[in-house]
Amino acid sequence: MADQTLLENDAPLLIADGLSKSYGKIAACRDVSFALYPGEVLAIVGESGSGKSTLLQLLSGQLAASGGHVSYRMRDGVTRDLATLGEAERRFLFRTDWGFVHQDPAQGLRMAVSAGANVGERLMAVGWNHYGRIRDTASDWLTRVEIDTARIDDAPRTYSGGMRQRLQIARNLVTEPRLVFMDEPTGGLDVSVQARLLDLLRSLVAELHLAVVIVTHDLAVARLLSHRVMVMKGGCVIETGLTDQVLDDPREPYTQLLVSSILPP
Amino acid sequence: MNAPAYNFAYLDEQTKRMIRRAILKAIAIPGYQVPFASREMPMPYGWGTGGVQVTAAILGPDDKLKVIDQGSDDTTNAISIRKFFAKTAGVATTTATEEATVIQTRHRIPETTLSEGQVLVYQVPIPEPLRFLEPRETETRRMHALAEYGLMHVKLYEDIARFGHIATAYAYPVKVNARYVMDPSPTPKFDNPKMDNCAALQLFGAGREKRIYAIPPYTQVVSLDFEDHPFEPYRFNAPCALCGAEKSYLDEIVTDDKGSRMFVCSDTDFCEGRQAEGHHGSLSAAPYKEKARQQEKNNG
Repeated sequence: MADQTLLENDAPLLIADGLSKSYGKIAACRDVSFALYPGEVLAIVGESGSGKSTLLQLLSGQLAASGGHVSYRMRDGVTRDLATLGEAERRFLFRTDWGFVHQDPAQGLRMAVSAGANVGERLMAVGWNHYGRIRDTASDWLTRVEIDTARIDDAPRTYSGGMRQRLQIARNLVTEPRLVFMDEPTGGLDVSVQARLLDLLRSLVAELHLAVVIVTHDLAVARLLSHRVMVMKGGCVIETGLTDQVLDDPREPYTQLLVSSILPP
Repeated sequence: MNAPAYNFAYLDEQTKRMIRRAILKAIAIPGYQVPFASREMPMPYGWGTGGVQVTAAILGPDDKLKVIDQGSDDTTNAISIRKFFAKTAGVATTTATEEATVIQTRHRIPETTLSEGQVLVYQVPIPEPLRFLEPRETETRRMHALAEYGLMHVKLYEDIARFGHIATAYAYPVKVNARYVMDPSPTPKFDNPKMDNCAALQLFGAGREKRIYAIPPYTQVVSLDFEDHPFEPYRFNAPCALCGAEKSYLDEIVTDDKGSRMFVCSDTDFCEGRQAEGHHGSLSAAPYKEKARQQEKNNG
């Protein structure tokens, strides 16, 4: 049994192989390859327009790549190319084994529907048909992301920015996914709320053994959350390595610039 | 007399063939919304342009047409459509449910059990059950194609969270033939069980939205619900004030400005039939008539 677990942790969960995407003559993403292992947090950093978000969309199958492949190890242990999955399979994967946290919670939430239903939607989508159980699970998750369960019937538009983001995280994690994509999850939040959110994310990631691909331009977020960092510029990965290594001892001039642009605390 | 200026049943033959093709496809895939090239009809959208086109396409010279609006045969909409087909198709019309071969309806299913050989044509304002949950039509079509109906339960969940029970009282979503989720048009949910395993063919026409869908005879139609909050048809807890019926769907009629009200069957044909059979309720004319007759006798 222990060997089995070890073996499972040994095989990569998500493999990108020579991923490229061009919009006409503009190459948004060029020849990106990496492997992500279960429980690993990978940060993709870089300035605006460096191709981070395009890469995230390619990885999560929302955009068709111009070249290269993305493979994912399904729950049955078989690694499959995402491009060969049928639409139904891909969408099922997206709402069960994956999560996607948007920068703007309004994109990831149903703003007019109560928080309980927002969390419960994925459960109902996979066939849960018992109101009481759905509600219990939803309130359990609200507690886990530190939202007062008394607000379970309020719509997220009555929530503050930080609460919305935490609700979005609960909504994504309720089906216990193995891989979560995050697109600037702390963008637009003030510093203290950011810190609290990062704290929450870090404990959830460790607790649930989540693999995460997180896109951010905030190096502090990368340092706090991620194990590995990929630095992008002009659609290319220019440097990759362990977070501490890249941020403390950057090799590339661009990374050096990026790191030195942070004000010392 | 029966104006030869019109083609039979108003629409030209090519249009009727086009609509019949859509109807055939709809019957072949129960609950699936088939697009069709809806025509302008001589009535405003929302008054039954879809239903009228379906009726025009299936009507034959031997058919007997009944039209009801909110269960009633004598409201403006019902009378106008009945007259429209009497004039343009010269078909016989009736108000009796048993006699009719084609029944066009808005908001109700007749109380009398329908039989084989009858066709019930619904007027549908919004054919898409997911409309107010997912605004993108491209997305809702994909959801139907992949049978992703979790969102429909989100609506029911919201009802329970807000009101303690499923408060959706009309246009209550159903699953047809264990595949497509369908909007049964704004009929009260009281009528939902009548759609299940119904002997008659049920056709739905949405003119503005250009969609036709169907439930073939003897098809399973299940109202969506939760295990711990099962579907319950709703009905005012009162007998009909005119015919005393205990199991029919009732309209509430306000009778003065002091809060008095009476409940009467919304299906007028059903109610009149029962009264003719001698049933009467607390406010029916019959007791007064009897009293008057009694008085006449005493005076005389």
